[in-house]
Amino acid sequence: MLIRFWGSRGSLPVSLNTAALQEKLVKALVAAAGKGLDTEDKARAFIASGLDFPVSHTFGGNTSCVEIDNGTGEYVICDLGTGVRVFGNHLLDMHGHQKTNTFHVFMSHMHWDHIMGFPFFTPAYLPGNRIRIYGCHEALEHAFRRQHAAPSFPVDYDRLAATIEFVQLKAGRPYDIAGMTVTAMLQAHSGDSYGYRFQRGDKSVVYSTDSEHKLADPRETEAFISLFRDADLVIFDAMYSFAESVSVKEDWGHSSNIVGVELCQMAGAKRLCLFHHEPTSDDERTASIWRETQRLEEITRTDAPLEIIAAYDGLEISI
Amino acid sequence: MHLTERRIGNALVLAASGRIDHASAEDFKTALQPHLLQCKTGGDVVVLDFSGVQYISSVGLRVLMLAAKQTKSQGGAIAVAALQPVVKEIFEISKFTLVISCFAGVRDALAQLSPSALAAYGSA
Repeated sequence: MLIRFWGSRGSLPVSLNTAALQEKLVKALVAAAGKGLDTEDKARAFIASGLDFPVSHTFGGNTSCVEIDNGTGEYVICDLGTGVRVFGNHLLDMHGHQKTNTFHVFMSHMHWDHIMGFPFFTPAYLPGNRIRIYGCHEALEHAFRRQHAAPSFPVDYDRLAATIEFVQLKAGRPYDIAGMTVTAMLQAHSGDSYGYRFQRGDKSVVYSTDSEHKLADPRETEAFISLFRDADLVIFDAMYSFAESVSVKEDWGHSSNIVGVELCQMAGAKRLCLFHHEPTSDDERTASIWRETQRLEEITRTDAPLEIIAAYDGLEISI
Repeated sequence: MHLTERRIGNALVLAASGRIDHASAEDFKTALQPHLLQCKTGGDVVVLDFSGVQYISSVGLRVLMLAAKQTKSQGGAIAVAALQPVVKEIFEISKFTLVISCFAGVRDALAQLSPSALAAYGSA
């Protein structure tokens, strides 16, 4: 399976501003001094290997949208944040407007940052496309219709030409969808959210965002260990520092890198992907959290290594 | 989990040991709780001697956060001292150094929390 991150940012879309871009250029130019980069190919090679990650990359600013490419030819998407606009446009660039597709969309919940990309998802406007939106919330369809309604958006939901279906799931029950076994689990978040485990053969991916872990109830911890058990990849809400998540931002519905590492270690997961990055964190800050998390895994490791990854818009992970 | 208790003036130095993780955090909380009641305005200051603690997980840190919150509301003072390198890194990565005062050693903690206890500690 191939996992593509179209949107990795939490809560609110952000963009790299001029000051941040110029700071990257300053660092890159200083690092390149004396390297004889007199052709574009040499410069590209240097960018690929000679610069620190937050200088050569940006984590990006689109809100939650992750694609699970399982090779079946149908598209599987987690959440419809602003990243889905880029995903939709990419498909049209690749295949044009004529090719129709089936999309399976799994919604963690309907907070704005997780649905706000849908009005800009061009395949929804094209007849012949089929979009099945799965979720455990009763108000799933209502949230999408309301977002399209005046005065919030100029194109009413009923003018979308694709065939759109809403499919109610029950948490804890396995479903066979798009060639995978999919199981949803209730998570602690304002208005509830749901994490998903996707299993295809011996490969498994967990998408668990917008989830607070109170740590007070061992049964809750055991339930998450079960959801994450032996997963090849766990995509995890690591928006806050642990200190924030249990103090000033308690009950804000998000988690930390510390809890992500612990749950994955206890579950024997292979990879932890830090996700739903705090919108006020710049690339340096997010990269620093990534490095610290790698270090935490190293010093607390008691079994097989857990690979620590930080999501960024454009990242692909093969499992 | 057993906390070894040592009184120095108005300071109560509580030494923990081993791993404070999902299996032992509740015991740590239970062992700590009675001592927190006296950690109030005009009462004891509490120093947690972590020199014997090899690891602390999120649930253990949460116990410390609740202890810091309780003692603050009572007007008391609590600190952690003598963290082993791994535990110190966990505190730094979790940003818990912002939640509870951390000191290099028990002496440093007493110097900050209770000069009178420090004097007694020096003569002990």
